[in-house]
Amino acid sequence: MKKDIIIVGVGGQGILLTSKILGYLSLRMGDDVKVSEVHGMSQRGGSVITHVRIGQDVASPLITPGEADLVIAFEWLEALRAEFYLKKEGAMIANTRRMLPMPVIMGKAAYPEQEITGRPLFALDAQRIAEECGSVRAVNIVLLGVMSTLTEWPRDAYEAAIAANVKPATLDVNLAAFKAGCQAGDSLRG
Amino acid sequence: MKKLMLGNEAVARGAYEAGVRVVSSYPGTPSTEITEFSAAYKEINCEWAPNEKVAVETAFGAAMCGVRAMSCMKHVGLNVAADPLYTAAYTGVNGGLVLCVADDPFMHSSQNEQDTRFIARAAHVPVIEPADSQECKDFIRRAFEISERYDTPVILRLTTRLAHQRSPVETAERQEQPVKPYEKNIMKNVMMPGMARKRHVYVESREAQMEKDAAALGLNRLEMRGRALGVVCAGVVYQYVREALPEASVLKLGLSYPMDKAAIRDFAAQVDRLIVIEELEGIMEQEIAAMGIAVEGKKYTGRQGELSVQRIREAFGGEKAPEEPALPARPPVLCPGCPHRATFHVLKKLKLHVFGDIGCYTLCALPPIDSLESALCMGASIGMAVGAEKARGRDFARQSVAVLGDSTFVHSGITGLVNAVYDRSNITVVILDNRITGMTGHQQNPATGFDIYNQPAPQLNLEGLCESIGAHVVIENPMDMDALEKVIKEELNRDGVSVIIARYPCALLDKRRPIPARVTGCRNCGACMGLGCPAIERDAGGVHINAALCNGCGLCVSQCHFGAISCGGDRT
Repeated sequence: MKKDIIIVGVGGQGILLTSKILGYLSLRMGDDVKVSEVHGMSQRGGSVITHVRIGQDVASPLITPGEADLVIAFEWLEALRAEFYLKKEGAMIANTRRMLPMPVIMGKAAYPEQEITGRPLFALDAQRIAEECGSVRAVNIVLLGVMSTLTEWPRDAYEAAIAANVKPATLDVNLAAFKAGCQAGDSLRG
Repeated sequence: MKKLMLGNEAVARGAYEAGVRVVSSYPGTPSTEITEFSAAYKEINCEWAPNEKVAVETAFGAAMCGVRAMSCMKHVGLNVAADPLYTAAYTGVNGGLVLCVADDPFMHSSQNEQDTRFIARAAHVPVIEPADSQECKDFIRRAFEISERYDTPVILRLTTRLAHQRSPVETAERQEQPVKPYEKNIMKNVMMPGMARKRHVYVESREAQMEKDAAALGLNRLEMRGRALGVVCAGVVYQYVREALPEASVLKLGLSYPMDKAAIRDFAAQVDRLIVIEELEGIMEQEIAAMGIAVEGKKYTGRQGELSVQRIREAFGGEKAPEEPALPARPPVLCPGCPHRATFHVLKKLKLHVFGDIGCYTLCALPPIDSLESALCMGASIGMAVGAEKARGRDFARQSVAVLGDSTFVHSGITGLVNAVYDRSNITVVILDNRITGMTGHQQNPATGFDIYNQPAPQLNLEGLCESIGAHVVIENPMDMDALEKVIKEELNRDGVSVIIARYPCALLDKRRPIPARVTGCRNCGACMGLGCPAIERDAGGVHINAALCNGCGLCVSQCHFGAISCGGDRT
């Protein structure tokens, strides 16, 4: 599979874990892969972005704006911010929940009311689904479930990759979140 | 079976396979994980040293005594370790000695964009630059071989996009290295002028020899395609060049210093136009130009920030990529429950000038707290406060504090404090003692009482140390903001040097499930908003607590004049 995927959200939402699972899975499925992360300061509630490049022979660890196949956004403002990475027909998977950044909390800026149009959009309240599965922290795996409905990789391969990368104590919740994400993805695709 | 590895993880794996026995480092993004992954190998004796200078001295001592040793740091850490490095280049090593130094172009989490390749040239030590995780693993092994063969420390230079990239790695078994004999050799290991003059001759001849041997070392690679354009590059930039300029011929330098001048001359003769594409400074370009070869580079790519496929494409006439839209920024913030928030709320209330250094609390320069007024380097705040009093007098000193963390105090604040007392200064120092090295992701330090393996270790007594230096010391819990305010006022008016240890653990150390605060009857006065807590949100109806973020610390309870916020469970 050849796919350039941008994962964005807010520090602390489990973005690095998601990209790690995707990287692990790509390798298991026989593809080359590069994942680019930034650690440190950006994890303190700031915007976080990781690049996941899957293909036969990946060179640059970074995705060029306008060339991504897919953006997975854990938060709505971050979805809007990352949309410019997508190519024309690129798809967006976005959690509709809002997390207010400090300039908005302080009243210095307004949370944007923009919509995302003109491209395949899979928008859902992933936080509600994660809570129903038993943990608000499983938003990332819900969205991974949605993504799985857009790839040809088998779902049990995703589940094995999740199992290999999450803490054993959280495995059941995460597998439930993945399943719920798959269902949400299937129904959004119609 | 290949394994997906972080570049830093691959460096650690390569060190393990190369038979490394000692790793001593101080954490610094983006280098930290090399040492953390090294600690997972029981064959390697790892430690968090109090600073990079001590770390390199420790690694040097181990190498001098016959084993392979490594020290890892970020670019600015090499400034601290520059002193031992420059002279270790003269003495040489015995067992291999490699410094893994991670530069941070674009300053994702750094205070400057300095280029380690300059220091390497100044110290006359070779630089090896891998281009992906596999090369991180393969090249560190080669770095140790070169270190021993040429009797020199070697720098393995990483950048953020290498250190923090995950890509496939083929692993191998560890090759145990015999401990080399240690021989007393004063002429080699004591750098007094008479010995150093002789060793300096060796340094030059070693460098010339390495340049001659560069091709045989096999770290460089020539990829001939067209004649029209030839690109010289190293590190992760090679990956960008491959995609941005697929028609170009490429000379990829794994050994970027000393450069293989013969190979560069040959390459230049085989292409119509020679370009160097390098991140940060135009070092290779200048060296090639000095060889009398027509070459360009920085005029296209600039000195600042990270390179990328699109930046190289655009520099050479390609189409412009779309730009990020203008949307409200999301700057990093102190975590909910962070004790620094309490301390800085008090410092802001007292309208003090706050001299700072490097840590999570550097974020207190940003609104709404915006009270940290300076940040230069680790431990610098104490010296700045001493200088401020010299410049502006005692009254100004009464309106100023120096802040630094527990880890940065141990790193390089202690000598500043010694000077402040010795200098008869009248300054107030606040040690933000959150019981951990926080910003780099929770590393132990001498004041935490635990070592890198999370085993109990002799604990540095911060208060006893400061008292012995001659400071007046007070310990206060910053989460009790009234008590902290009282203490700070008292100490500001005290003659001499005062140290207030604001002691409360990092919010992320407390793994208990928090009980979120609740709001009833909010009058929407906004008093609690000044805390800059990301868990407090406000709209026309008043403030709301985001229960998913709230840590239940209760700071907001103390800010409400109307008793509208309550917090269940006493966590202090």
